[in-house]
Amino acid sequence: MEKKLFDEPMTVINLGLPGFFDSVKGQGAPCIHVDWKLPAGGDVRLLEILDRLHEMEEAEQNA
Amino acid sequence: MRKANEEAVRRLMSADPVLVDCRPAHEVLPGLSRNTFLHAGPPIAFEDMCPPMQGAVYCAMMNEGFAETPEEAREKALAGVVTFEPCHGYGAVGPMTGLTTWSMPMWVVEDRNTHRRSFANLSEGVGVGLRFGDYSPETLKRLTWLAEVFAPVMSKILREMGGIDLAPMMAQGLAMGDELHMRNHAGTALFVKNYGWRIAAAAPEHAEEILKFIGVGHDQFFLNIAMAANKLAADMADGVPGSSLVTAIARNGVEVGIRISGLPGRWFTGPAPEVKGLYFPGFTAADANRDIGDSAIMETGGFGGCAMATAPAIVKFLGADGVHVARETTDAMYRITLAEHPRYQIPALDFRGVPCGIDCAKVVETGITPVLNTAIASNRAGQKMVGAGMSVLPMEPFAKALLALAEELGI
Repeated sequence: MEKKLFDEPMTVINLGLPGFFDSVKGQGAPCIHVDWKLPAGGDVRLLEILDRLHEMEEAEQNA
Repeated sequence: MRKANEEAVRRLMSADPVLVDCRPAHEVLPGLSRNTFLHAGPPIAFEDMCPPMQGAVYCAMMNEGFAETPEEAREKALAGVVTFEPCHGYGAVGPMTGLTTWSMPMWVVEDRNTHRRSFANLSEGVGVGLRFGDYSPETLKRLTWLAEVFAPVMSKILREMGGIDLAPMMAQGLAMGDELHMRNHAGTALFVKNYGWRIAAAAPEHAEEILKFIGVGHDQFFLNIAMAANKLAADMADGVPGSSLVTAIARNGVEVGIRISGLPGRWFTGPAPEVKGLYFPGFTAADANRDIGDSAIMETGGFGGCAMATAPAIVKFLGADGVHVARETTDAMYRITLAEHPRYQIPALDFRGVPCGIDCAKVVETGITPVLNTAIASNRAGQKMVGAGMSVLPMEPFAKALLALAEELGI
C-alpha cells in the first residue's frame, strides 16, 4: 500500500504554513494551499465565547 | 444573538435616506456649544492628537475666532479653552480629521419613515483642506465661502424640492463604478446632472462658482453626503440588545475605534493601522499619518472596501496590484457580514447586494478584519493629502467588543 502511494502521482493539499506549499510546489508536484488559521487566533476565551454563541444560536433555532 | 443580529441588520437596511437641508452645525447638532470641537474617531485629548488633527484644530480655532494664528490656537487648545468630542456622539461624521465646529455647515440627512436625522460636514474641494490638517489662508477662505455662499444656496434648493432621495443615487453610483468611499465620480456627476439647473435657477449670481466648485476636479464631493446617509443607517441599527453588528468604525489618526449595536455608545479601540497605497509625487510612506477619519462609516454600511468589486478603476489609484484585489476584497467582506443589501447591488456580481452589516463575532472567528479604502493625510500639521490606499483594521477592537458583549450576555 505504501509503495503504491509513492509510485502514483501525488496531489498535495497544504494547510497552515505556506513554506511547505512553496517547497512541494518547487519540486513540481501539484499542490493546493489552504489559507487556514486558528479561529479567533487561538485565543481560548474568545473560542469559548464563540462556542457558547453557536450553542445559543442552535438552541434559538430549535426553540 | 442570531435574532438580535437579524433585527439590527434589518434596521440598517431599512434606512431610506433623504438629503433635506444644509444648515450651520449649531442649528442642527443637539447640545453643541461654541467651544465644543468635534473630531473624527474615538475620543482623544488635544495633547494626544496626531499632527494633522492638531493642525485642523488650529484651523478651526482661527475660523471660529478663538485665535489669530496657529501658535495662539495651540496655546489656547493646551489651556483647555475648547473641549473635544467625537462627531459620532452628535449623530455626525466627518472625513479625515473630521473637525466640525459651531459655524460650519452640515448636510442634514433624514430617514423618510422614522424622521431620524444624521449629519456630515461639507467636502471643501481640492487644493485646500481643514480635513487634512491644513490651516492656510486659502483653506480659511474656503470655509467662509462654504458657510456664507454655498450652504445657503444648498439649503434653498433642498427646501424647494423637498429633499433628494439618496438611495437611488447611491445605487446608481455603484452601477456606474463608484464604491462611494474613495471613488465618487458618478455620485458627484449625478448631483450636477440632476440638480445643476436648480442651482442656476435659485442663485444665478453664484451658479458659476458653485457649479465649478462641485464639478471641476472635486470628485469626492458626494462622499460627505453618502457618509451622512450611512451614519443614519448605522444609528438606526444601534441599540439592539445582544447584537454584535458593527455600527461605527472610525479613526482619529492614533487609534481606530468601533462600536457595536448591543453596547451602544461604547468605543472599543486599537492602534490605527498604517495605510498601504500610492503616494502623490514628492511623498513617500515616511510622510504618511496613520489611518484617520470617520469615512469608514461607508464600510459599516457596505460600501468602500466592501463594494470594491464594482469599482475596478479604483485599484490603481489605491496602489493595489491588480483588479483581482477588488474582487477578492469584496469576497472576503461577504464572509464577515450578516446580509446583502437589496437596494445596493453590484452589477458585475450578477446584481448581488453589497456585503453589509459587519458582524464583530464573524470578524473574530474568521480572523478577517474589514478593509477600508482611504485617503492618506500627511504626518505633519499644515499639509494636505499625500496619497490614497487601503488599510486593514487590527483585530484588537473587535476582540475587545466581543469580550464586552459576552460579559453583557453573561457568557
